[in-house]
Amino acid sequence: MLTVPVETQILFAGILFFLGLIGLLVRRNMIFMLMSIEIMFNSAGLVFIIAGTHWKQPDGQVMFIFILAVTAVEVAIGLALILQVYHHFKTLDADAVNNLKDQN
Amino acid sequence: MDMFFYIAALVAIISTVMAISGRNAIHSLLYLILSLLAISVIFYLLNAPFIAALEVIIYAGAIMVLFIFVTMMLNIGLEREAEKKWLEPRMWIVPTILAAVLLVNLIFALKNVQTIPPDKEAILPKQVGISLFTTYLLGVEIAAILLMAGVIGAYHLGSQKKKVKHRFLEIK
Repeated sequence: MLTVPVETQILFAGILFFLGLIGLLVRRNMIFMLMSIEIMFNSAGLVFIIAGTHWKQPDGQVMFIFILAVTAVEVAIGLALILQVYHHFKTLDADAVNNLKDQN
Repeated sequence: MDMFFYIAALVAIISTVMAISGRNAIHSLLYLILSLLAISVIFYLLNAPFIAALEVIIYAGAIMVLFIFVTMMLNIGLEREAEKKWLEPRMWIVPTILAAVLLVNLIFALKNVQTIPPDKEAILPKQVGISLFTTYLLGVEIAAILLMAGVIGAYHLGSQKKKVKHRFLEIK
């Protein structure tokens, strides 16, 4: 049985979340930004699992399954958008896609 | 058992840092898979074996394969000579060590499981399923709608736009 205090477990999830946040803010490559969002989603799910184990309720795991579905949709749409952006601009730099006007 | 948690947490943090600070997208994705595997070990230790399996199958399996597929489709600036550079020990020693630590961790954890009686407080997949399809049934339906929208959206965005012109407007 795990006897690590819940605070430490939450702290670990928080560290992972902030690593993802730092990656999202620092990196300009869109694939890396999407990866960082994945890390943040995953650490949020980890908090749900920790809480569910702490209170011995299945609700945490149910929420993780929902997060999994949302993440799958988000990745599919995000990667399709990245493909379109690369097709139009020939770059993955997020700063290159800052104009809303028509290109033609 | 606490030792396993700390080791897996350390592996997860190190590989996440490597993932967000890498230059090569494929290397970063492989580090991210390692991080997800470490988190899956933590789920296992947290009495959630079902979620640990889902994490490996869906996150590390399906979602990361999607990422790697797109990254390889875009084929960002890869050169032939780069392959020789990747086979240097400097490139593969860190992920190999981290993965080996995780493997040793898993082996010891499995050995411990045989000696202690099964945890009575573990939340079984049966309970999760019952809760999912009774209390959270509305959520399941909303997730189904979301997945449907995702499929349609990904198909629409992923298809290459054809230049459609009326045949009378076509310049010959």
